[in-house]
Amino acid sequence: MSKAATFDRGIHPKYNKELASGKSISQANPPQRIVVPVSQHIGAPAKVEVNIGDEVKKGQVIGSATGFVSSPVHSSISGKVVAIADFTTSAGRMVQSIVIESDGKDESVEFKENPDYMSLSADEIKNIVKDAGIVGMGGAAFPTNVKLSPPKEKPIDAVIINGAECEPYLTADHRLMAERPNEVVEGLKIIMKSLGVKEGYIGIEENKPDAIEAMRSAVAGESIEVWPLEVKYPQGAEKMLIKAIKGREVPTKGLPMDVGVVVQNVGTAIAVYEAVRFGKPLIERVVTITGNGINEPANMMIRVGTLMSDVIEQCGGLVEGAVKVISGGPMMGFAQWTLDVPVVKGTSGILVLSEDEYVSSDDYSACIRCGSCIDVCPMGLNPSILSIYAEKGFYEDAKENNLFDCFECGSCAFVCPAKRPMVQFMRLAKSQVKP
Amino acid sequence: MATEAEARKLVVSVSPHARGDETVGRIMWSVNLALLPAFIMSVYYFGPRAIYVTGLCILAAVLSEHIYQTSLKKPTTIGDGSAFLTGLLLGLNLPPSVPFYVPIVGSVVAIIITKLLFGGLGYNVFNPALIGRAFLLISFPKLMTIWFAPTAKFVAMDAMTTATPLGILKEEGIVKLMEIFGDKTDLYMSLLVGNRAGSLGETSVIALLIGAAFLFYRGYITWHVPVPFLATVGLMAWVFGGEGYFTGDPVIHLLSGGLMLGAFFMATDYVTCPSIRKGQIIFGIGCGVITMLIRLKGGFPEGVMFAILLMNCFSPLIDRSFKPKMFGAVKEQKA
Repeated sequence: MSKAATFDRGIHPKYNKELASGKSISQANPPQRIVVPVSQHIGAPAKVEVNIGDEVKKGQVIGSATGFVSSPVHSSISGKVVAIADFTTSAGRMVQSIVIESDGKDESVEFKENPDYMSLSADEIKNIVKDAGIVGMGGAAFPTNVKLSPPKEKPIDAVIINGAECEPYLTADHRLMAERPNEVVEGLKIIMKSLGVKEGYIGIEENKPDAIEAMRSAVAGESIEVWPLEVKYPQGAEKMLIKAIKGREVPTKGLPMDVGVVVQNVGTAIAVYEAVRFGKPLIERVVTITGNGINEPANMMIRVGTLMSDVIEQCGGLVEGAVKVISGGPMMGFAQWTLDVPVVKGTSGILVLSEDEYVSSDDYSACIRCGSCIDVCPMGLNPSILSIYAEKGFYEDAKENNLFDCFECGSCAFVCPAKRPMVQFMRLAKSQVKP
Repeated sequence: MATEAEARKLVVSVSPHARGDETVGRIMWSVNLALLPAFIMSVYYFGPRAIYVTGLCILAAVLSEHIYQTSLKKPTTIGDGSAFLTGLLLGLNLPPSVPFYVPIVGSVVAIIITKLLFGGLGYNVFNPALIGRAFLLISFPKLMTIWFAPTAKFVAMDAMTTATPLGILKEEGIVKLMEIFGDKTDLYMSLLVGNRAGSLGETSVIALLIGAAFLFYRGYITWHVPVPFLATVGLMAWVFGGEGYFTGDPVIHLLSGGLMLGAFFMATDYVTCPSIRKGQIIFGIGCGVITMLIRLKGGFPEGVMFAILLMNCFSPLIDRSFKPKMFGAVKEQKA
């Protein structure tokens, strides 16, 4: 294993990790007000369980899960519910949200601790994870308990912790692995136990040597391997990670469980540990605030529901000439039109681009069929022809060319010399045909 | 707060928010630059005529694109270097002696009919410079087949007409060709450096290879088109090019005619060759087969131009027949 594992194709963008990679995780100030969307995850939105005027405590359930693929939401501060209304989220949608005004006391509900957590049964673990509102914290926010409950006909033999963090700029997972490696390992062990799995892996891109070192020390004596991965985008995409470490290809339209693997993000592993060990629900997460457009880049532990404007203020505000604020990383993140959107469970970063980092995507020209996108597409698609189909309205043809295998990583758009908005074309076509 | 964001005029656009450095203009100007050695050699061998003919082609190509687009109130795209490239390629593909209207007609046909009427760069079916040249060859068959020995540069042109090596090979055979150039080594050397009759930019194989190496280095072209193209030509020349089977001389065929210019600079044209690598190999082989069919059995001594143009027709079909290997396309694996 001298050569770092990886997948086929992919790109090498500028990483710019050094802006924040050396910043230890700091604690953000408890917010005065939080906005908690009832849908921060894939699946059914939570059902609001409080009324305007109710007093709530930190960790209290304020929205309950409404099905198997769903997740509850909790208050991350103590205070009073002042509004329940539709709010803009970082993905640009209006979502019903619960607004809570802090009472300044930061009083918590009592968390149920389990000092002897490794003796819990698989079902007990899954229930704790579900009740804690844990979802994938790498960005997709898929409810974690669902991943821990594969159907019987899909035996799982390996769990992979995703520490690739292949998005440029972002360093939250890096810092977590470097600073809290033992908790990552404990979280992984709990996940392995709940799935009855013996093999555990932690995949980390080679540009984080201190994280690899820390994790290697932490796994000593466990049946867990730390795998350095080649620095290449999108190494942290679930399917690419499984290919790199286990050499298995998730079949088209399939899920990792179809090849016997469950992948969890670093942050998720720690959240699982904290929920199972200390009874703590998912009410805060580490967010990287970075980019040349922010005065003081940082990795901060931030309460879920804190407004982005509040976070940016704590990081010294935007520099003069900041042009773009992105929720997430530069490859797959969402550009924001307002900073009054809450940090949610899936928010991995707040990236502020300055003028010199900003690339206009207004002008583009016809595809010259150079084939660069075909050479880099990690899914082995032909983005060139898909974009042309979408542009001309031939959506069915796009579908027949495996449109729905595209997960919008943006590698094609990154390399396109004609600067075509490839991801937008894919989304347009996807919105016009049924999968 | 909200007003702050609005006041700052934050840009909202679709991901990804990072882009690579490559642009269409950078690619096209790089190809222009890669043709510089060949152009310099054409000036060295053919004198001021090379500058005159090539310059006219470029001027006419760029002007026709600019005039067409501005008169239709469209943004002009002459800055992207592709019209310049079409003009340059056409110029390098012409005999040194053509009168002034030949380059102009060729460039107008290449740019307006072949490219812009089809929708502009990216939509053209055929390589514009090659259609321009094919049009000229059919319209002015006499003017387009007068060749000069390179030594003619400072001498009265009409005194030094000769045939191209491929022309001699076709009409009079290999023995005569050797006789003219001395021996085999002299012939190969002349073909390598470009000391022979032919189109302006096609003669110097060395100069063309230097340019091609630059394009390989920059990643703008890959082996998938040129190597199968050259290999097929070489193989067919060896098998079918001699008196009996397997007695032909592949080197003469590889080093003469417009093969190097065509294989590295025109068959590789992004727009008109397949974009899937496997398809590009088929495309290259097809170009080689047609080239040799024409050279050995056809009415013309040289077939590179028609070979590429004919294969251009198949590019969309080839692209539809080959799909890249999709991730997860395999049947469900055993866990």
